[in-house]
Order: sequence, then C-alpha cells, then structure tokens
Amino acid sequence: MRIDHELAKRWIKPHSRVLDLGCGDGSLLEHMQQTLGVTGYGLELDEDKINEAIAKGLNIVEQDLNDGLARFADDSFDTVVMARALQAVKSPDTLLLDMLRVAREAVITFPNFAHWQNRLHLGLKGLMPVSEALPYQWYNTPNIHLCTFKDFEKLCADNGIEIINRYAVTDSGFGPGFGSSKRSQLISKVVKKAPNLLADVAIYRVTKANA
Amino acid sequence: MQATTTDPKFANSVGIVTPQTMHFDTPLTLECNRVLPEFDLVYETYGTLNADKSNAVLICHALSGSHHAAGWHSEDDKKPGWWDNMIGPNKAIDTNRYFVVCLNNIGSCHGSTGPTTPIPDSSSEGEPGKPYGPDFPLITIKDWVKTQAMLSDRLGIDVWHAIVGGSMGGMQALQWSVDYPDRLKRCVIIASTPKLSAQNIAFNEVARQSILSDPDFNKGRYLEAGTYPRRGLILARMVGHITYLTEEAMKSKFGRDLKSGRFMYGYDVEFQVESYLRYQGERFSKNFDANTYLLMTKALDYFDPTRGYVDDDSLSDLDALKQTLKHTQCQYLIVSFTTDWRFAPARSEEIVDALMANDKPVSYVNVDAPHGHDSFLFDIPRYMGAVKGFLNAPFLDNKQQLKANNTKERLA
Repeated sequence: MRIDHELAKRWIKPHSRVLDLGCGDGSLLEHMQQTLGVTGYGLELDEDKINEAIAKGLNIVEQDLNDGLARFADDSFDTVVMARALQAVKSPDTLLLDMLRVAREAVITFPNFAHWQNRLHLGLKGLMPVSEALPYQWYNTPNIHLCTFKDFEKLCADNGIEIINRYAVTDSGFGPGFGSSKRSQLISKVVKKAPNLLADVAIYRVTKANA
Repeated sequence: MQATTTDPKFANSVGIVTPQTMHFDTPLTLECNRVLPEFDLVYETYGTLNADKSNAVLICHALSGSHHAAGWHSEDDKKPGWWDNMIGPNKAIDTNRYFVVCLNNIGSCHGSTGPTTPIPDSSSEGEPGKPYGPDFPLITIKDWVKTQAMLSDRLGIDVWHAIVGGSMGGMQALQWSVDYPDRLKRCVIIASTPKLSAQNIAFNEVARQSILSDPDFNKGRYLEAGTYPRRGLILARMVGHITYLTEEAMKSKFGRDLKSGRFMYGYDVEFQVESYLRYQGERFSKNFDANTYLLMTKALDYFDPTRGYVDDDSLSDLDALKQTLKHTQCQYLIVSFTTDWRFAPARSEEIVDALMANDKPVSYVNVDAPHGHDSFLFDIPRYMGAVKGFLNAPFLDNKQQLKANNTKERLA
C-alpha cells in the first residue's frame, strides 16, 4: 500500500460514495471497497491499467481528466480522490473546482517540486530534477503543471477552497502521524517544521470554503 | 455436440459444432400485437453447463449474424462461426469455464422461424404451407429478448452469468437487463447505442428502399414468383458496409487502386474498392433473405428500451434512459471503438452516464481500433482482455458487500 493511499484512506468515510480520478490499476479503490465498503467509480485513461482494474471487479470508466467532470452531477459523490495526477492535467485549477462541485470533499496527493532534493538538483547541477516522486526526464514527463505546497495552498486560497487536513510525507514513507518508531517520530517532527522543503509528497483534504 | 478432430485448424477452437432446434408451440404475442402460433429457435452451445447452472453465457447476434458464433460445422468448413476469435478454449469467452449459448433470432433466415418459413397450419393469418414472406410480423428487440428468455427456461438457465452482444446484439443485451433484471449477472454491450439516431435510421431507409424498389422484389413474394431482389440486396449491403468501415480503413486497404491500372471511361468495376463492395454485396445476397433484412433494420429503428418504462414525453433522452435503468441489477461492461462512426463512442457513453447517474455498477472502455464499427468482430488484444477480465472478475454485489461490512463492524 502506497503511503498516500494509506493516508487518503483515513479521510474516506465507510460506505461513502467515492470517485477516484486517475485510478490506475484500481488498487486504492479496491482497498477502499474491501475495507471501508465504499461504492463508486475509477476514471482512468491507460487501457492496460483499466483492464487490470476491471479484472478486479471494479467499476472503471475510461476518461481523459482533461475533459473535466461534466458528466457527473453536482454533489453526486461524498469524496473525490486524486492521487498523483493533478500535476499531469491541462487545467489543474479548473479540475480542482470541478472536483469540489461533484463532491463535498476532495483528497489530493501530488509531488512537491520544492522538495530540497529538487532544489539541489536544479540549483547545483542546473538540470531538471529526476527523483522517485518525479521519475521522468523533462522531455517525456507527463507532469506539465508541477507545483509546490505553497503554490497549491495559494491556489486554494485564491479560489475559496478550504484545506481541512494536510500531511506532508517523504520518499521513505515517514511523515507526520505515520509510523511509531522513534526514528520515524523524529523525522516527522523535522518534516513538520519545513514541509515545503523536506517533504516530497503532499496529501491534502480540501473542501469548498463556507460550504 | 462438440467433436474433437485432428485438423490443426480446430486446435484453438470449440471444434465441430452442430446446431439444434427448439420448437415452441405456445402462441407468442409480439409487440406489434400480432401472434406467432408457434415458432422454432435454432441455437448452438459450446462448453459444459455446470451443476448449479451458474456458468451460462448468452451471445446475442448482430444484424447479419446467426446462431453459428464459434467452431466449424464440418471438417471442410471454410470459415468458423462469426465470433470465433471471441469464443473458445482460453479465449475472452472461455469455453473451458463457461457454457456458451448463441441462438438465431426469429425473423432471421438462418433456421429460426422467419419470412422464409412456411406458415403453420395453426395460423389464423395467411395461407398455410406458403412462406410467410412479407406477411411475417415486424419484430422488435424486446420480442427477441422475450423468445431468448423462453429458450433460457427450456435450458433450465434461471440466471445467466453474462449476456453479451455487439451492435444489434448489444441492444438485446441492454434490453435483457431492463426486462429481466434478475436473470443476468453481467451485461456486455459492445459497439452499440441506447437508440438509433436519425442518421442511423436514414442509412437503414436507403438500404430498405434499394430492396423495396428492386423490380424482382415482387412485393416480398419473390419466393413464390421465382425471382429474387438480388440487386436491391447487394445495394443495401454496400451502403451498410460503407458505414461499418472507416475512410482510413478503406484507404489503407484499397486506396484509389485501379483493377486494370488505367481508366476505362465506363461504369464497370474500375477501382478496387468498387470490386470489393460488389463482391461483398454479391456474397451477402446469396446468403441472406431480403425480407429478413427489411424487418431486422426496422427492429433496429424501433429499438428504444425506455418504451414501457417511461411515460413522460417531456423527459430528455438521458433522463428517460436513467429512469429505465433504475431497476437494473447486473454489472455492466460497455465497449466502444474510437473509429466507429455508425454507433460512435458518444452513444455508448450515454448508456454509461445513465448507469452512473443511478449508481449502477459499470465499466467502460473506448478501444482504439482502425476498423470502424466492424472492430467488434476483430481480435484486438485490449478489447478481448477487457471482456475476459470482466467475465472472470469477482462479482461485487455492493449491497451484500455493505451488509458484510456492517456485520463486521457490529462484531468489532
């Protein structure tokens, strides 16, 4: 289980209706269905992954997220989940608002471009960063809208989106509230101090302000 | 009904199959309010029905299809059944796991009761012994589904593991899920539509007019007159065939290639594509009955699963479909093909959207394939993979799932 999956799951209510954007092979959706009894759909574009997910008995609909969520009615889900796909869509701002139209809450994870390793990579080498969270070359990356935690939080503020929770985690999977060993607790403390610098993946739970 | 044989062409196939006939002598009232006093259904089966009869898969055929979906009729048969790349051992519809049934719809010319069948003595209409011809009643998709349910009863199959169909077959599968929601667990609708568009109906009308205006049609009594509307049927098939392909597929197959390499300045066949269309039309006209073609295209035009389920005319098409699909109970797989312009992906998505609006279990794949509408007959790995995975997947009954989870919670 990927760490952002594990964390996203903490914010999904049992038996709720979930839409999983860019669901891949459906591992998160399957996990949520089995452990939380949620119902819902996964949207995915990669047909091999769609086939894998269908073979698990999941409900998967082929769709390009760039086409938006117009096919879904307002408030037709409890939560929209999007793991590591926001940075790959053409209009992340529009999609984000669309997500909060079809559901009350959204859980979003994305790689943090301001992670210290990326800063070092670009600052010292003068080359676009390649890391575990961003494993592509600049010319073949699907990630066309990379951002930092600060950028994302500014986008939310500008669009009346309220951040309910945030977890910042590192490559190794240790982050605030995760793991119980002394070492992981120490790392948690440090990461918490400067997440934009130290964490490479963020998990946000957001809702419409005043909603 | 399956035989093993040593010929390598049977190696990856259900082998030699023999059609069977089921006779029904109870009168069947059709949607058009006319009655067939008795009728036959011809069908084939592949694989073995398990003890609790839970592994049966029904195949619904398309416009020019028949009961012969897979395998070969004899050792020297030239071609296997029309969906042989889909149905067989280890194939998408795996006959090692499933008991597959494919039947010929009534109104057809491939053995089931249709326009070429003699009118039975028990009929109050027409002259017994003479072929029905143009007097065969117009059939709807709903009528077909009703007769298929009757066959299911006779075979002792209460609930189908899945009902699968492409094009017109997909419409039957959809209608099944609406009319008999508790008799199927899975529904696979391929390259289909919730109802025909005006353009679809227009193409069908051109096809019908070409048959109806052929002087040899003799008002549909060609069998008795000893004639046959060959030219009309060829033309009808040519029009249809063009709509099943794509410009790109025709271009790569024929381009503007000339048969003799130069212009002949006449109306004989000059371009390869003309030759191909004429050949296809000719072949079709030899194997298909003109009255059957007429009534089947009408069945397509009439298709509208919302009839009888929605009485509010002011509803949009999507809302009417939503209301109709509200009480369905099966899990759906909808498949479309990117280059299909006869029943474009957007038509499949209408079904998907109506199902999702009802919280119904549905998966949808839009398969990238160059062959247009005909793609559903091709062996395209991602398409076959989706169907196979869907049929073999655990069936998620959300209500049961929730109940199980609730019990767990209470216990904890």
